[in-house]
Formats: sequence, structure tokens, C-alpha cells
Amino acid sequence: MADSANPGADSGHSGDGHSGDGETRRDFLYLTAAAMGVVGTAAVAWPIIDSMNPAADVRALSSTEVDLSPIEVGMAITVIWRGNPVFVRHRTPVEIETARDVALDDLPDPETDKARVQKPQWLVIVGVCTHLGCIPKGQRVGEAKGEYDGWFCPCHGSHYDTSGRIRKGPAPSNLVVPPYKFLDDTTIEIG
Amino acid sequence: MSEFKPTNPVIRWIEHRLPIFSFLDHAVGSEYPTPRNLNYWWNYGSLAGIALMILIITGIMLAMQYTPHQDFAFDSVERIMRDVNYGWLLRYVHMNGGSFFFIVVYIHILRGLYYGSYKEPRELLWIIGVTLLLLMMAAAFLGYVLPWGQLSYWAAKVITNMFTAFPIVGEPIVTWLWGGYTVGNPTLNRFFALHYLIPFVIVGVVMLHIWALHRFGSSNPVGIDANGPQDKIPFHPYYTIKDLFGLGVFLTLFAALVFFAPNMLGETINYVEANPLVTPAHIVPEWYFLPFYAILRSVTFDLWFLSAKLIGVVLMFGSTMILFLVPWLDRSPVRSARFRPWYKWFFWIWVFDCAVLTWVGANPPEPPYLYIGQVGTVWYFSHFLVILPLLSIFEPTKPLPSSIGEPVLKGGGAATATGAASKPMEKA
Amino acid sequence: MKRLIIAAAAAAVLFGLQAGAVLAAEGKALPERDWSFSGIFGSFDRGAMQRGLQVYREVCSGCHSLRLIAFRNFAALGYSEDEIKALAAEYTVEGGPDQEGEMFERPGLPADRVPSPFPNAKAAAAANNGAVPPDLSLMIKARDGGADYLHALLTGYAEPPDDLEVLEGQNYNLYFPGNMIAMAEPLFEDAVEYGDGTAATVEQMASDVAHFLAWAAEPAMEERKRMGIKVVLFLLVFTAVLFAVKRKVWANLP
Repeated sequence: MADSANPGADSGHSGDGHSGDGETRRDFLYLTAAAMGVVGTAAVAWPIIDSMNPAADVRALSSTEVDLSPIEVGMAITVIWRGNPVFVRHRTPVEIETARDVALDDLPDPETDKARVQKPQWLVIVGVCTHLGCIPKGQRVGEAKGEYDGWFCPCHGSHYDTSGRIRKGPAPSNLVVPPYKFLDDTTIEIG
Repeated sequence: MSEFKPTNPVIRWIEHRLPIFSFLDHAVGSEYPTPRNLNYWWNYGSLAGIALMILIITGIMLAMQYTPHQDFAFDSVERIMRDVNYGWLLRYVHMNGGSFFFIVVYIHILRGLYYGSYKEPRELLWIIGVTLLLLMMAAAFLGYVLPWGQLSYWAAKVITNMFTAFPIVGEPIVTWLWGGYTVGNPTLNRFFALHYLIPFVIVGVVMLHIWALHRFGSSNPVGIDANGPQDKIPFHPYYTIKDLFGLGVFLTLFAALVFFAPNMLGETINYVEANPLVTPAHIVPEWYFLPFYAILRSVTFDLWFLSAKLIGVVLMFGSTMILFLVPWLDRSPVRSARFRPWYKWFFWIWVFDCAVLTWVGANPPEPPYLYIGQVGTVWYFSHFLVILPLLSIFEPTKPLPSSIGEPVLKGGGAATATGAASKPMEKA
Repeated sequence: MKRLIIAAAAAAVLFGLQAGAVLAAEGKALPERDWSFSGIFGSFDRGAMQRGLQVYREVCSGCHSLRLIAFRNFAALGYSEDEIKALAAEYTVEGGPDQEGEMFERPGLPADRVPSPFPNAKAAAAANNGAVPPDLSLMIKARDGGADYLHALLTGYAEPPDDLEVLEGQNYNLYFPGNMIAMAEPLFEDAVEYGDGTAATVEQMASDVAHFLAWAAEPAMEERKRMGIKVVLFLLVFTAVLFAVKRKVWANLP
């Protein structure tokens, strides 16, 4: 047995009055070591994982300011935001009217026009088709706008209306409205 | 022989189909008996393994952000330092991890040389180890080029140019290495690919190294074989916890370096982007290559048809290659320097010689450094080619103890040895 | 245990040998200064950095680029988002191409890098007697002696000894390796007017710009040292605990 060679040591076997105390002390030590090991491992793992998150230069480009003043009524521009095109359309009263008159039951993805704009004449939507990611046509004068006068995706024939909502075709949902805010009447910040 | 009998049903299910648990038990558990008298110099093997893992993990994370093109490499490293979350930490850990890998491995090698770990039957283990050292040196050299600083570029130029020393085949080989007519973008790109590859080759060879080790188990400070199971203890938990403690010391020192002096072991000029038209005033390699650099530059004279450059190159490679021959140069039947009083002296003189060569390598190849380097080079090779064989023949060695336990047990180990035979552990 | 210490000491000696050898190769000994960012508790002095930025903008940026710094980085100097936007907008950068494929000029944004005074290295050399003024983003890390060296250099212009010939386009400096530097003395008394009222002596400007450039070379330094204290303390405690566990385990040898 170990005891004879090491009288002072904790034998680790039960039945000895002293060893209970020693056992608790030893377990506490082992527990502390294990707990510190877990904390240390987590502390090491976090920087490794976080380094894959967007870096500071990427985050700096995560919002874009857009000057609305050069956009005439009825015209639209395309800006890049986080690598994707964003359509900013200055809607005509007719386009706004048409968007508002649609019954929700007619929409594959029901959403009111009001819920999609902050100021009715400005429509800001991400120009990526919600089907498989192509960029819909309709930004330029003369481009196909589809049957609902909004945008038309040439890849698989999705039609979007003047509020950017899907009306016909395989796309499952409306064109995404990105987070944006008006810095003043003629400037918005997207993202 | 105690068998590995798991009670947990999940473990049993896995073990039956892929016996990985009993494999681990054999590798480090109750089935892997280790000499009981190992001292802290035996920690450095596991430390080397940990250093390798640290380098691989940080290296992969860095590779996600690095661009191996000469127009972007330097800036991509600075982007890592400034913009990537914790990028500075990954970079500094990787950079200093390389230095720590070499410190640890050099001490590991010194341990082997001092205690005769390379002797029969562990010669192949030693040879695999020297192979690992060569792979490490290749990986380190390649890695240093990647940041594309002044020394990255010029060290690459100087070292690859060395191959022109070889007659006839030299020039075509160098052009082939460069992928062009000088160190350029093709060179950088392929160095990146190879720098990513070699650590995994190292992992494979490390497995061979450990396999060879486990064939006979560790040697020990006294250098005599175990007389029986009483001289050994299971690796787990004794050496696992001792290795963990050693790791704690290592990590503390490593953290102190990484967080408070991360550039101490480097050269400032490498923070200047590579300029093929401007040669830095002092081209120096990283510290762990300095002794070899000193040897390379110590040859300043031609010998018959052999140019000084060629002899220098041969000696430089030779200084590492000679390690392969140590088990045959040193034929003394006594393993450990504890019982070899003359060898002990020469060992420390040789270590001092390596330190001197390191210092010489950091200085310009002019007097007095040049002369000291030449003396140091002659001594370096003499130690292996002259001293070791002579010692094998003439050294009066001290008498060896009768057992591993004997030197530490008072009044002889006989009583405990027989008493220990009845312990359950030793029913081998 | 004793041997572990010997090993550590041996390692330290080796590093010292190597480091010492490099410094010995340089010239005049550098006066060592007290910087707030030195030592394990070091931190940057924002006032000094802001003054240093002013010196950079008004004196150095005429020739030296700072291409690794973006305007958004100046938040670390204590500037607000609006101040940074205004600062960036003072500069013009190239934007585009526009819808017609033309490049155009636009005011700077926080995400832009600090523009270079010259479009390329050749233009920089042509304007400076053939010598290219180096980029300053990493200068403190790229020279032995760091901020001490930079400060010494900027205040180290002196009259050359009588027997030394100073060539056209060269200037005598006590601390530049070889003593002949192509850059003429850049700092003169009151070269800038500090917003906080600090006297703009050469000594002060040199100190401030060195401080600013020390930050520019490594913005993460404060975070590194803060983290380092926590990590090293944790590891010291953890290692001590592991030592205790080791002793406990080894007390029961079979």
C-alpha cells in the first residue's frame, strides 16, 4: 500500500477519518484547476472565433450615405451597400397611388406600402431578387419593369410592383427594405 | 496486464468499432509505463507539440486574412494588425510562437545530447527528430518571407542565391525555385503554399517520432534501462500533470513576451516594405538561424576548385546534417552525461560554442567577429568529428547505479524494490 | 525547478547577446526618454497624440504619407464622429468611376485612408532631390530605438564638425546612421500653433509627433498591454494551482 512509503500523503481511500478532509481539499484543488482550465480555453477560443467576424475596415463600410437631391421624380439610382445594389426610387404620385390601392389578399407576401416606406415618395429596397439572387431590371429608363410597373427579374420571371413587392413569379417574398434613416430631407443613411 | 474495460455504454459502442480509447490508454494511460525518475528536461517534447499546435491554429486564422501577392502581402499583414478583430494577437502569437518552438526544440535536442537519448535502441527516434528540425527550419524560413518586409525579401534572395554555389546545376535550380529571374511574385506565392503544407508534414513525422518513442519508451536521466516495472509509473496521471504544469510555466513566459515585448526577438527593418532596389545595411536571419549563418559566412577562402561560397554552403547544411551521425560518432556505452565527466565538460563547451556562434551571426562578417566565428566553426565540427569518437575510446566513465531507483533511495533500493513487486500496478 | 530557472536564465542571456549585438552596430547612443506608453502599464496620452496629429498635418504631411491610417482611426485620439467627418471632408480623394466611367474628386469620408502628398514614389522622389520620403505609418516600429530615435533625430540637427564636407542635398544629423540625412530640419520654434495653448518648442513638437506616430505604428498597443496584464496574472495563478495539483498527484507514487 502507498501509506507505508508515504505516511503524510492522502491515500485516497475511504474509511480513514483524516482522509475525508484531505479528499475535500484535494477535490477542491482539482476542481479549481479544471475550472481555470475551462475559463482559459474559452478565453483563448474567443479571439480565434471573433477574428472571423467582420473586421474594422469592413464594418466601416457597413453604412452608406446617399444624397437624394439629384434624383428627379420618376427616376431611380442604384447604390452599393455592403456589397449589394440598393435601389432608391423617387416615386411619382401615380406609382404611390398604385402601390397603396393593392388589396393585401392579392399579394403573395402581404405587406402594406406604408410599412415599406418612411416618406411615400422615396422607396429604398435591396435590388436582389428574393428567389435566387439575380438583380432585377427596372432601374433604367427603357428597361423592362414587368407587368406591375416596378421591377422585373429576367432570370426566372419574377414581377415586382411599385412598392417592390412580389406579385407574380417564383420569388417567395418582397424585395428587402434595408434599415435606413433620414439624416435630413435630402440625405439618407443606409445601414 | 490490466485491460481497458469501459463501463459507459456509448464508449463501449465506439470502442468496439474503433478502438480509439484503448489506443489512448496505451499511448498515455495505465498501459504506457514511464521511468519514474524523469526530470523537467523531459517536459520539452510535449511543449514542442503544443508549440506546433499553437502555430497551426494561429497560422490557419492568419491564412484566412493574408494575401500572398507582392503588391498586397505587406498591407494584408498590417490589415491583420489593425483591422481584424484580435488580428494583432494572432500575428504576435504566431510570430513569437515560431521563436518559442525553436527554443523548446533546441532545449529538447540538448537534453537528448546530454543524456544520450540517441543511443541504441533509439537511433531512429533521434534521426526522425533531426528530420523534424530540418522541416521546422524550412517552414520557418518560408514563413518569414511572407510579410514581404525588407528582410523577408532579402533573406529570401540571399538564401536562395546560395544554391548558385553548386556548379552546373546551381543556376537552373535557383531559377526553378524563384519561378523567375529573381525573387518575385511567383516565389512569394509558392512559398505561401509550401509554408501552409510543411506544418502538416511535420505533424505526420511527429506521429512517427512518438510511435518510435513508444517502441522502447522514454530514456531517463540516469541512462540505464528499467530493471522491472517497479522503476516505472503510468504516464497518466503523473506525467500528464507534470507536463501541464510545465505548460503553465511555458505559457506564462510566452504570454509575457507576446503581450509586453512582441518585437524583441525580431528585426525592426522588417517593418519596412520590401524594396528590391535597396539592400538593408545588416541582413540578419531570425535568431534561431544565427549560428548557421555564422558558419556560412566563416569561410572566406577558396580551396582548390571549391569556391568559398560553396564550402560555406556545404558547412552550413553540414552543421545540421552532422546531427544525424551522432549515434555513430559517439560510441560510449554510457548514455547519460551524469556518469561521463569528460563528456559533460565538452557538452557545455559545445553549448557555449553555439551561443558564441549565435552572437557572431548577429554581427557583420568582419574582424573580430569573423575570426571568432571561424574558431567557433572549427570547434563545432571538431566536437562531433574528433571529440565524440575519442571520448568513446578514452573516457573513464563513472560507475553506473544498479537501478533507476537507487540514486534517490537512501540505503539502497533493494527493500522497496522487492516490496513494490506486490503492488497491483506492476502486474505487467 | 532550479534547472528550469537555469534554462530560463540561459535563454535570457542568449537573447541579450543577440539584441546587444544589433544595437552596438549603430552610432551615437540614444538619450532614453520617458514615454507614457512605455512599460507594462503604458497608455497613450490623447493630448500629445492630438498635438502630434497637428504637427503631422501641418509639417510632415507635405512630404510624408501615412497610408495605413484611416480617418476613422482618429477616434482613438478622442475625436467624436462628427469631428472625424469634418476632418475627413477637409481632404479630397479620388472617387468613381461614375456612370460615364470617369474618375472624379470627392471630399474624404471617415472610411478613407489619409491621402498621400504624392501620387506615386517617382513623383515623391522628383520633388525631394531623388530621395523618397518614407511613409510614416510604421516608422516607430521600423527603426531601432523607436520613439526615442525619432525624437533624437528631429532634435538632432547640428553644425557638422569642421573637417566634414556636407554634400548638396544632405544635412548633418547627430543620430541618423552615417550622419548625412536628406531631410532638412523640419521643425522650427512655433511652426504650429497648438489649440490647447502648449508652447510649440522644437522639443515639444518632436515629442508630440513621436507620440502620435507611436500610436500610428501600433494602435492596438493599449489593448495589448491591458489584456497582457490579465492574461499573465491568470497564468501565474493557474500555474501555481497546477503546481499544487502536481505535488498532490506525485505524493502518491506507486
